[in-house]
This record gives sequence, structure tokens and C-alpha cells, in this order.
Amino acid sequence: MRASVITVGQRALSSTRDYGIAVSFVVMFVALSLSTTTFFTPTNMVNLLDQSAMVGILAAAATLCIISGVFDLSMSAVLTVSAIIAVQTTNHFGVAAGFATGILVGAGLGLMNGLLVNYGRINSFIATLATGIVFRGLAVVVTEGQLVATTSRSFGVFNDASPVFGITTGSWLFIAVAVLSGLLLSRTTFGRAVYAVGGNREAARLSGIRTRVVSSFVMTLSGSLAATAGLIGASRASSAQASMYTGLELSAIAAAVVGGTSILGGEGTMWRAVLGVFILALIGNGFNLLGLDPTYQQVVQGALILVAVGTDQILRRRRF
Amino acid sequence: MTDQLTKQPHGGAQATPAKAGSFLLMQGISKSYGGVPVLTDVTIGFERGRVHGLVGENGAGKSTLMKILAGIIRPDRGAVLKDGTPIRVQSPRDALAHGVTMITQELSLVPRRSVLENVLMGRLAQRGGWVQSRANHARFLELRDEVGFDDLDPQALAGALPLAKQLRVEIMRAIARNAEVIIMDEPTAVLTTSDAEQLLVLMQRLADSNIAVVFISHYLEQALSVTDTLGVLRDGRLVTGGPTVGQTADTLVRSMVGRQVDVLYPEPEPVPHNAPVVLAVRDLRRGQAVRGVSFEIRRGEILGVAGLVGSGRSETARLIFGAERADAGEVVVNGKTVHPSSPSIAMRAGIALVPEDRKTDGLVLGRSVRENISLASLGELSAGGVLKRRKERRETTALMERTDIRAATTEGPVWTLSGGNQQKTMFSKWLLRRPQLLIVDEPTRGVDVAAKVQIHQLLRDLAAAGHAILLISSENEEVIGMSHRVCVMRQGRIAATFQRGDTDTEAILATAFDGLGGEDRGRKA
Repeated sequence: MRASVITVGQRALSSTRDYGIAVSFVVMFVALSLSTTTFFTPTNMVNLLDQSAMVGILAAAATLCIISGVFDLSMSAVLTVSAIIAVQTTNHFGVAAGFATGILVGAGLGLMNGLLVNYGRINSFIATLATGIVFRGLAVVVTEGQLVATTSRSFGVFNDASPVFGITTGSWLFIAVAVLSGLLLSRTTFGRAVYAVGGNREAARLSGIRTRVVSSFVMTLSGSLAATAGLIGASRASSAQASMYTGLELSAIAAAVVGGTSILGGEGTMWRAVLGVFILALIGNGFNLLGLDPTYQQVVQGALILVAVGTDQILRRRRF
Repeated sequence: MTDQLTKQPHGGAQATPAKAGSFLLMQGISKSYGGVPVLTDVTIGFERGRVHGLVGENGAGKSTLMKILAGIIRPDRGAVLKDGTPIRVQSPRDALAHGVTMITQELSLVPRRSVLENVLMGRLAQRGGWVQSRANHARFLELRDEVGFDDLDPQALAGALPLAKQLRVEIMRAIARNAEVIIMDEPTAVLTTSDAEQLLVLMQRLADSNIAVVFISHYLEQALSVTDTLGVLRDGRLVTGGPTVGQTADTLVRSMVGRQVDVLYPEPEPVPHNAPVVLAVRDLRRGQAVRGVSFEIRRGEILGVAGLVGSGRSETARLIFGAERADAGEVVVNGKTVHPSSPSIAMRAGIALVPEDRKTDGLVLGRSVRENISLASLGELSAGGVLKRRKERRETTALMERTDIRAATTEGPVWTLSGGNQQKTMFSKWLLRRPQLLIVDEPTRGVDVAAKVQIHQLLRDLAAAGHAILLISSENEEVIGMSHRVCVMRQGRIAATFQRGDTDTEAILATAFDGLGGEDRGRKA
């Protein structure tokens, strides 16, 4: 009897986490629409989506990584190296080759992370912290500290508004990444393996799952997605440099966590992580439109992350 | 050496545990986990200057009882009295304040710090936050003289020492904390014979310096040779307690057996004598854990494996399943040699393993029952990497009905289920693969009686349907009641094999305990 009461309470709390994020998003959205005339306008909506595109793609990667039980702190560095190489390749071989090379470089660096973590048995937090520093160092070497730019008109394609609602191509890329990685997690055997590896690695191994292969592939995917975000960034500026988007992975991890992804692994969903991205973006947008002191914006965003992690801890503590 | 080992009765005081007037008395202690009682109304006393032994089968409750005394576990009911006054033991800190320390099987040293720091942990001499190195060193040497561990280097890293010395560091730490009671949980299990002998001598020296020593052991000869009193636990109850004098290994084994029969075991379907051999294992080896194991199981047969924890039972199962790689040996399934270097290879050969510990090895606790059941069969439940969700739902639901998993929803996380339902979830996961050989390790540990009966029926049905089953259990009644044949393992080898009807719990225990650490030590007269 007592057990079932606990279970009901548990379920209530865990559905708070499942849908609390959706409710908060709707409440914020409606409140901003009512309190300002500038929020719910086509221009602001398109801007909001465009601002979220890069961090959103990284958040999709962070969600995959965290669910599978690893952290990737090298994402912004991978992004930078890929963007630089994409720009340089474009200048020699054209845009298509530039984009393809950028993605391949990202995948290669991600694979390197995956091998270090799974076969070198180095903790992912430390391994990617270190490779992140190395990759950014390589970016300085490759560019000799200079900005690399391209004059190719079509390189800026991700900054172009598409015919549909005037949404940029970069934003469409983010939407595609979110949908595809969501399907990957929820509808494929690979997704199931990702949850199992992050939830209980030994149980996954004893169920015949090749845990190191799964985990290495997740990190390779993370590198490719970071490169994708890098292409959008370079495309917007028609250039790239070694110091671009430093620390962007931290915002992405924050968004994933606000979206209810458990930092202990094995739990989380893509749609909630995407809502996490939007909630953090709405806070920034709201401060801006309401004319509030932007200093407090960081305080609010930070507090929100603590609330999200705290909820996760409470949910886990009740388990035993 | 040897004559120190010969028991000399201390003083003339009677060595009866458990009665009023004890220095330390545990009274009416009960503890259960998820409705399954582990300890029931245990009353036992300990005296200064005595070595008290505690023996019993696997899972009899020895360690739990002592962890309660040391404040590591809280009892559901019962009290602890020191010199007749009730004391609060809610945490290891409380227990330490009352002079109780426990040296657990998994030692609790800080491996990367020095011996000195480990011994004086929490008691380092300091002034204004600055550690007083010279004072600490002097204190360490003083302690070392007291216990006579002259070869213990204060600067050595604790983790780099051999186990016997790590144990000494733990004992020194206990003394440094002015311990009045030192509990040792199976301390000799990991030691070589000569190290174990030295430890027994040390226990007596500790008792001579007016400390109460509690010695939990599987090694009956050691317990008989060193203790003043012996308590035997069976199914969480203290069945005998009293002076060691007059006890023998035989009388102890007799006290240990005789579990209450809570489950009836119908006769399993006979195995036709022309049934083909499903699994043949030949001379399997890995390190010290598995030292040359050979056996065969035929279609429809349940082979039981009994033995003490650490006798190599689970390790053998893990080698066959590829969870660990064997150093040598052969695994043959249906006449074909398999090299199980990973679980997936063993799985493809038709082997399944329901592991001993469902929380760490068996289940992804945060995921749903459905996802846990389909986890080992993702390939069969998908096409081109995409899950066939309707097929998955259909097959998992069918299995949940077959194994009678009672869950409010198939989508809730598996940790919200009872132990019995969690166990059935693991069974369902493997039954979905229709394995030829099902290995089950402690299939009914921590489940209620109703679920236990269901699991037993399931195993009999599977055998009758032509599966071969390897059943590992610490509950000897279960092994005897379920199996066509019973192997008893001891120290990494199969010590004896009994046909159904040819054995009882006493014979199994006698085989499992026989000669452990006792060969070269004369039994106490």
C-alpha cells in the first residue's frame, strides 16, 4: 500500500518534470505576447529562431552525449576548426566541397574524442576539456591568428531568408537537426542503446550492446553537429576565426539540462531539450523587449539551471 | 605461533553471549528489506576481553547484524545497550563515539594517502589548522609498538600494500580511535594461510588487551580455534549462542541447516536419457576464481550449482556468457565450440544470463519495463535500425502476461516495481530471445514468496519445454528442490556432484565448507 502511494507521488513529480517545461514555455510565451507589442511579431519570431539555431544544434548534440553518459566540452572548439577549414576549402574548391569538408572534420574530431573516452578510458569531462584546448590551439595555428574570409556569395546561404515565413535556411537546418535527432533517439535501436548505455552501462553490455561503439558514435555525431553549427556561424559572417563562439557548449548543456536531461545519463528527450533552448532564448528576448537591466538576465538563467538540476536530484533520491 | 593458537579460556568468567550484564548487548534486533525479513528478533551480547564468533550460511544475516551495531545500517526494531544503558547508534560516527568499529569486507582505507594518515584519519594532531607532523609521527610509532606491527612503514601508500597489511592499517586505526569493540567481517577470506594465522593470533592479543573482538567467518575451523563464544545465525535468527568449548564443525553445520520450508518443490519432469547435451564446459579457468571447471547440461535438464559466495559459481557463469574472458577452457554449445569473448557472441550461440545483481548488472532502472524487456532483442524487433514499435509492444506485453509482471503501466520506470516484478522483467528480457541455455544466478534473491513460487514454476516449465537451465543459488533448499543434479563448488572447482535425491542441505554445506583454511590447522580438542 505504502509503496503505491510513493509511486503515485513519484509519478506526479516526474510528470511535473515532463510537462512542467512545456507549461513554463507556454506561460512565458503568452505573458510576453500580452505585455509587449513587439514580441509576437513575425520579425521577432524569425529572429528568435535564428538566434537559437546554433546553440540549438549544439544542444541536440549535448542531449545525445549526456543521455549516453558523456560530456562533450570540445564542441565550440570543434565548431571553430570546422568553420575555418570550411572557409579555406571553399576558397579553393567551392562551397559544396567546403561544407562537406567542414562536416567531415567535425566528425573526425568527434571520433577522436570518442576513442579517447571509450578506448583510452579517459573521463569524458577531462578528455574533451583537453581536446577542446588542443583544437582551439590548432585553429590559431591554421589561421596564424588571422580572420579567414570568403567572397563566395553562396557560402552565406544559411543566412538567407527562405520563401517559407521568411525563416532563414540556418533555422531550417536547426529544425531538421532537432527532428532527426529526436527520431534517432525515440524510434531507432541506436536510440535505445544510447539510453541503455547512459542508464546502466554494465546492464547494457550484458544485454549484448557494444557500449564502446555506441558511445564513440555518439561523440562522432556530436562533432558533426558542432561542425554543422560552425557552418551556420561562418556562413553568417562569411568568415571564421580562432576565437569564435568560445564557450557556446556551456549554453547548450544548460539548455539540455533545463529541458530535463539528467546529467547522470539515461534520461531525457529531444523535444524537451529544444524547449530548454527556447526558454533560455525567451528570457534573453524578454529582458530585451521589456527594457529590464540585462545584468539580471544571467541571474535568472543561472537560477533556472539550478532548479532543473535540483528537481532531477530529488527525483533520483526518492528511488531507493 | 602454534601454542598461541591453542585456545586458553580467559579468566574463569562464563562466556555466554546475549544475557543481561553484557558489556555490549544487542536486544531484539529486527530488520527487513522490502517486506523480506533479514533479521528477526536477534539478541546477542559481547564482552570485553573475548573473541566472539558469528557463523552462518550466505545471507543468514551476519553482516547485516554487525553493520547495525556499527551504525552503518539502522534496524527496524531493537536496541543496543552498553553496560546496561541504551545507546544511540544511528551512524558510524555514533558507533565510533561508543568505541565500536567495524572492518568490512571491502576495506575502507584511502588508497592514495599514507599509512600514517589513514591510521590517524580524523585524529591528526594539529595546531590552528596546521598539521603537527612530528607529533603525529611519534603517536604513530607509539601505536605501532602497542600492536607490534614493526614492519608497517608510516609513509607507504595504503593502497599499494598487500591486503594483509591493509588489514593491519585498519586495525591500527581502530586502536587509534580507542576502540572497545572491533568487528571483523570475513577478514581471513582474502588472506593466505600464514597471514590468516597471524591475524588469529592478533585477535587473541586484542582480546587480551581488554577489547571485545567479533569475528564473522565462513571458516569454521578458524572460528573454532580462536573464539570464546560462537553464535550461529540461520535465516536471520540466532539459533545457537554459547561457549565455543564443546562445539565442532559438525555441530555447527547442523545448526546452520534446517531453513524453514516456505516453498514446496514438486518433482521436475525427468530428463530422457537420450537427451542431447546442450552445453559442455571443459576445464574452464580464470585466475584464482575459476580453477578448472567441467560439466555438461542436457536438453530439459536443470543443473543446480551450490557453494559459498566466492567459490567461483557466478564467475563460472560470467565466463560462459562472455561477460569475462576465460584464461583457458572450452565452451561447447550443441556440439559447436564457442569462444565467448563478449556477451553478444554467447547470445548468438543461444546462451542467456539472468545476473545475480539486478540493480547493477541486470536492469536499466530509469527506463520502462517495455524497453528493458526488448533491450537484448533490438535486432529482432527492428528493420534497418528502426524499431517496429507495434511488434515490440505486442511481444513485450505477451511476455509480461506469461511471467505475470504486475505493473501499473508498461511505460513507468522499472525501479518503481517490486523486487519480484523486477526479477520477472529480467527473465522476460531473456525469454524473448528463446535461449537454448538459460543461466540464472540467484533467481529468487530478495523476492517475496509468491513471486518465488512463480519463478520456480517458470523454470520447471522452461526445462520441460526443452531449455537447458543452469541454476546458481545460495539457498540450498532451492538448489536441491529444483535441480536434476547438483554441483557443489569450492575454491574455484566443482568439489562434488550429486544426483537428485542423493543429497540434503547438510551434505552440501559440509562439502562447501569442507577444509576451508582448516587443512593445516589442527582442530581444537
